[in-house]
Amino acid sequence: MKTGIVSYGGYVPRYRIRPKDIGAVWGSDGEAMGRALNIRAKSVPGPDEDVITISVEAARACMAKVDLEPTEIGAIYVGSESHPYAVKPTATIVAEAIGAAPVLTAADFEFACKAGTAAMQAAMGLTLSKMMKYGLAIGSDTSQGAPGDALEYSASAGGAAFLIGTDKPIAEIDHTVSYTTDTPDFWRREGQRYPSHGGRFTGEPAYFKHVISCANLLFKRAGTTAADYDYAVFHQPNGKFPVRVAKQLGFKDGQIDAGMCVRDIGNTYSGAIMVGLCAILDEAETGDRIFAVGYGSGAGSDAFDITVTNEIARINRKATPSMKEMIADHVFIDYSTYAKYRGKILMREA
Amino acid sequence: MREVAVIGVGQTEFGELWDRSFRDLGIEAGLKAIQDANVRSEDIDAVYIGNMSAGKFIDQEHVSALVADYAGLADMHLPTVRIEGGGACGAIALLQARLAIMSGLHDIVIVGGAEKMTDVGDVQAAEILSSTADQEWESVFGATFAGLYAMMARRHMHEYGTTREHMASVAVKNHKNGALNPEAQFQKEITMDTVLNSPWVAEPLGLFDCAPLSDGAAALVLCSMEKARKFTDAPIRIAGSGQASDFLAVHDRRDLTTMDATVVAGKRAFAEAKCEPKDVQVAEVHDNFTITEILAIEDLRFVEKGKGGPATMDGWTALNGKISVNPSGGLKARGQPVGATGVAQAVEIVRQLRGQAGKRQVVGATRGLTHTLGGTGATAVVHLFERGS
Repeated sequence: MKTGIVSYGGYVPRYRIRPKDIGAVWGSDGEAMGRALNIRAKSVPGPDEDVITISVEAARACMAKVDLEPTEIGAIYVGSESHPYAVKPTATIVAEAIGAAPVLTAADFEFACKAGTAAMQAAMGLTLSKMMKYGLAIGSDTSQGAPGDALEYSASAGGAAFLIGTDKPIAEIDHTVSYTTDTPDFWRREGQRYPSHGGRFTGEPAYFKHVISCANLLFKRAGTTAADYDYAVFHQPNGKFPVRVAKQLGFKDGQIDAGMCVRDIGNTYSGAIMVGLCAILDEAETGDRIFAVGYGSGAGSDAFDITVTNEIARINRKATPSMKEMIADHVFIDYSTYAKYRGKILMREA
Repeated sequence: MREVAVIGVGQTEFGELWDRSFRDLGIEAGLKAIQDANVRSEDIDAVYIGNMSAGKFIDQEHVSALVADYAGLADMHLPTVRIEGGGACGAIALLQARLAIMSGLHDIVIVGGAEKMTDVGDVQAAEILSSTADQEWESVFGATFAGLYAMMARRHMHEYGTTREHMASVAVKNHKNGALNPEAQFQKEITMDTVLNSPWVAEPLGLFDCAPLSDGAAALVLCSMEKARKFTDAPIRIAGSGQASDFLAVHDRRDLTTMDATVVAGKRAFAEAKCEPKDVQVAEVHDNFTITEILAIEDLRFVEKGKGGPATMDGWTALNGKISVNPSGGLKARGQPVGATGVAQAVEIVRQLRGQAGKRQVVGATRGLTHTLGGTGATAVVHLFERGS
């Protein structure tokens, strides 16, 4: 018996801002920054959007594709580093919004950009052990980049939800493996509005070490090589890192293109690899194999070896817009609108 | 006064060595130098360490005792000295160790230099480096280290017609040399366009006009010349040393385009060594910014004042040019772990004079020079080395 993805749904806010418009405010060459990061635009949450609304949108998109009772969901876990409340779960609101409450367990996860994949693994265990029929794993963020900081060019918003279970999965998760160390490359302490990061330290000893080590563990466990997969998707903090890591692992451009959403929407943090995986599932066919490795600062990677089943043809993938359509349906805003939407303008107190 | 020779050299690779600690680096460089010199620990009389700011970079002071301890010398109870003098600290440590042997107090002394700079963020590292400028009269008014050097570059451009291309040619040359140095941080050649198109750090200095932040360590074993032959057939004599200081703040100096400390330190070293700039075939000079190398080769009288830029562009200072400047890659390409800089320069010159510099060997080198700066030039140290006859 295998557990896997029974349904999926992603959500990306419509608003976008271009690197050039961010750079113009800080006296930097934003276009050059965009080129260096391989990012054309990043998504911006609207004034009424947060991790709760994004998670609900993703969960609804996930449930819309299948004819299942939400009450069969035994767990909802939401991974994010921008939960609106420090104390008070996002997951309970999602549960109520999709009609899954009250007979279920729910919790919020945090592991920088890989809290969503950690939630997937938890749901895998709970369904494989028959504790419940389905678990809903969500990764979602409205990430914070300090004004003027390099992160401001990429930190964006979006999320995805995966219904995990052993009953008719559209994609079986054949193997999963994680690689975790204590590596402080990026952090935000309680009460701090913006995260701190170790600059270039976030690259080689952090992202690359963990993603590559975890990927190689998965190759070993699955007995596969890059050539065995139709698709590969990696955590995408920018458009450069996943391309380099894919090349190092032996993947070709054609294998990673479908899941590389970062170029048009930026880094959706906990949503990043999951949104990429949604984009792949939008077009994947029976028998396709997918190699997925997430990354979360602090630091760790979760890797998944996934095989698409013939159930993919039986769900209604057209019930919601595809990731490609959602990404294409955008509205560009300028920095002042961005500043207003992101709450960076000090308002008169009531 | 007794003559002093270098009988052993050692160096770590330079770079962003995130998995290596200050201690690791110091031990590696020290042990390599001791092995190279073929001395035993009981032969060692003292340890001198050049280190700029371990207190700020890694929260560790008292690194003199630390280095001796981790080198396995704690139970020898050696006198250990840590020298601080901005970027010149390693070169000053060498000078002080030499004096200790010249005086007859010691016979064999270890000179080490080390800095671990990547444990703090880039912004913090830049602030720490800037603390060698005048905090009350420069930094507090917003002057950054790069900004102060940029002012020197601007004035040099104004006075002598130096161009960005002239300055860029320093970086291109040093990267070319660094590509031949397996211990260098950047072992990659760059083009003039890369330098000219790099983003401003402080106009007219772009990113590629600036030396990087680095981790690394270097070490030397010094010995009185009379005992040196016991350990090696090729002792490298320190023929002369000069150190000089100047006004701490750039705006107090006589001339923005001349580092008087370099001029004076150079004269002192050449006077002691009884030779002239034309007698030097290879030099490692301070190139924390490209303009700094241009100032250095002028102030050391390798080229006429104002001609440093065109001379570099014309290849005078290229490997095996009229005088080979920074064959190691310099601070720009070899890397700049501040405390290690002056010692690493000496390591390179010793290797050059021994004929052990591999692909970057300066042909027929018999006399070499090191030039190291502290801050924006308020300290300068020059050493002259000669191959023993």
